[in-house]
Amino acid sequence: MNAPQKNTTEYNFAYLDEDTKRMIRRALLKAVAIPGYQVPFASREMPMPYGWGTGGVQVTAACLTPDDVLKVIDQGADDTTNAVSIRKFFQRTADVDVTERTADATIIQTRHRIPEAALTEGQILVFQVPIPEPLRFLEPRETETRKMHELEEYGLMHVKLYEDIAKHGQIATAYAYPVKVEGRYVMDPSPIPKFDNPKLSDNPALMLFGAGREQRIYALPPHTKVASLDFEDHPFEASKANHNCDICGAGDTYLDEVITDDRGSRMFVCSDTDHCRTRQEA
Amino acid sequence: MQPLLQVQNIRKTYGARIGCTDVSFDLYPGEVMGIVGESGSGKSTLLSCLAGHAQPDTGAVIFDGRDTVTMAEPERRMLARTDWAYVHQNPRDGLRMGVSAGGNVGERLMAVGARNYGTIRDTATDWLGRVEINADRIDDRPSQFSGGMQQRLQIARNLVTGPRLVFMDEPTGGLDVSVQARLLDLLRGLVRRMGLSAIIVTHDLAVVRLLADRLMVMKGGHVVEQGLTDQVLDDPQHAYTQLLVSSVLQV
Ligand SMILES: Nc1ncnc2c1ncn2[C@@H]1O[C@H](COP(=O)(O)OP(=O)(O)OP(=O)(O)O)[C@@H](O)[C@H]1O
Ligand SMILES: [Mg+2]
Ligand SMILES: [Zn+2]
Repeated sequence: MNAPQKNTTEYNFAYLDEDTKRMIRRALLKAVAIPGYQVPFASREMPMPYGWGTGGVQVTAACLTPDDVLKVIDQGADDTTNAVSIRKFFQRTADVDVTERTADATIIQTRHRIPEAALTEGQILVFQVPIPEPLRFLEPRETETRKMHELEEYGLMHVKLYEDIAKHGQIATAYAYPVKVEGRYVMDPSPIPKFDNPKLSDNPALMLFGAGREQRIYALPPHTKVASLDFEDHPFEASKANHNCDICGAGDTYLDEVITDDRGSRMFVCSDTDHCRTRQEA
Repeated sequence: MQPLLQVQNIRKTYGARIGCTDVSFDLYPGEVMGIVGESGSGKSTLLSCLAGHAQPDTGAVIFDGRDTVTMAEPERRMLARTDWAYVHQNPRDGLRMGVSAGGNVGERLMAVGARNYGTIRDTATDWLGRVEINADRIDDRPSQFSGGMQQRLQIARNLVTGPRLVFMDEPTGGLDVSVQARLLDLLRGLVRRMGLSAIIVTHDLAVVRLLADRLMVMKGGHVVEQGLTDQVLDDPQHAYTQLLVSSVLQV
């Protein structure tokens, strides 16, 4: 008891104190028990701005154990400022191993993508969520949206898609494309491209969603059925740019368009940098 | 014939103030009931209680054999988007201003499960026509419409699912006189053709003359007189109704 301890002066493990982590874990358990349902939680101040995914960071902090291997991606890349800062944050506060390889990670915190490589049982994918409420766009009143979820009054979601088609001739929603979870709750999958939507369904990994500013947590337990909303005559399509990756040649991955010089030359590359590199090495 | 709606002893107070009290009547299928009375007489309060927007202190509102006051909220909300419709005085309260005219009309269809875009759009186009809004305005937002058009859009949005009972609170309220007349004509046509039952709150005796089969006169939260519209207007029994009728005739 009187033995000198190291590393206890500055931070608790993974920054958050144990009471806070317990509170978040309780919210997570509830979220897992009711797939797609938004569970309120008392979001804490984190030493980074809200736009940086404080919701995801708190969820990761509550899940992390010393044996975990953490991967952090932003738009599919491990090396953006945001991803690097969050990774460093957990290296410093939790001293966990980190990796860029999807297959080696036990916890992956992500903003705006689901990795291309198939996830496996035992992995946890933590999404950073800016706006958790899919009905917010058309119904700003929180009391009313809560009631709509409770009573499964989801006609409004289709009004949004109707407006899309009326305006653009097709469902133009390309990100944060709304889904229905196990035939019950309508959920915002965070601003991932709709290309990633099919990976939400029947995935062996546990998917957790954290919204810091809005103080909501929700979840998709492994092998949950997730359907993207659509119309009979305008079915959902997991579309992507009609190209192959200019680096690894993949034809089945989500691509970023990169401008390569000031004369407007451009190329298409996998947004998942680890996936692209793994394919090049193979 | 069974009444569609049975209103029994409705009372609603706001603290010590009476909103409305002792209100009872039956409404039969295809019948239109007008409610008139001066400002503050309890018309809107009563309508809110009937439509399930407010909880009465006492009384029952039996629709098609079921008491809507005591039924569970999900069931009441289901009624509100299927068998019932509610036309607000201010179209802004009854429309989604950020959604196109077609989306506004289509919302109730989608709320009850319509999932074919083409069918929804065709139905919306048809209904815009029925309320005399040009089909080429289908993708415009209500904010680009005149007050009269907004009110007609609100009506289309409400009637598209073929409700059986329509509540209207001053549907011609904020409109110019000429626009009012056109809207009234339109409403009368729709109500007659669809065989709708309706309860219409209004200040305007011209509205009840044209639309209402029966009339209820309210004052201070009480019903002071009710009967067939022509009878009440041509031979008012209650002193207050006499005043109301004569003041209108002077206009
Ligand atoms: N939300 C409220 N809180 C307190 N008192 C209210 C409320 N709504 C209405 N009242 C009171 O109840 C009475 C009936 O009001 P109500 O709005 O039903 O009248 P109205 O006949 O619809 O009037 P108007 O013709 O001006 O619309 C009035 O005395 C009014 O002040
Ligand atoms: Mg009123
Ligand atoms: Zn690639």
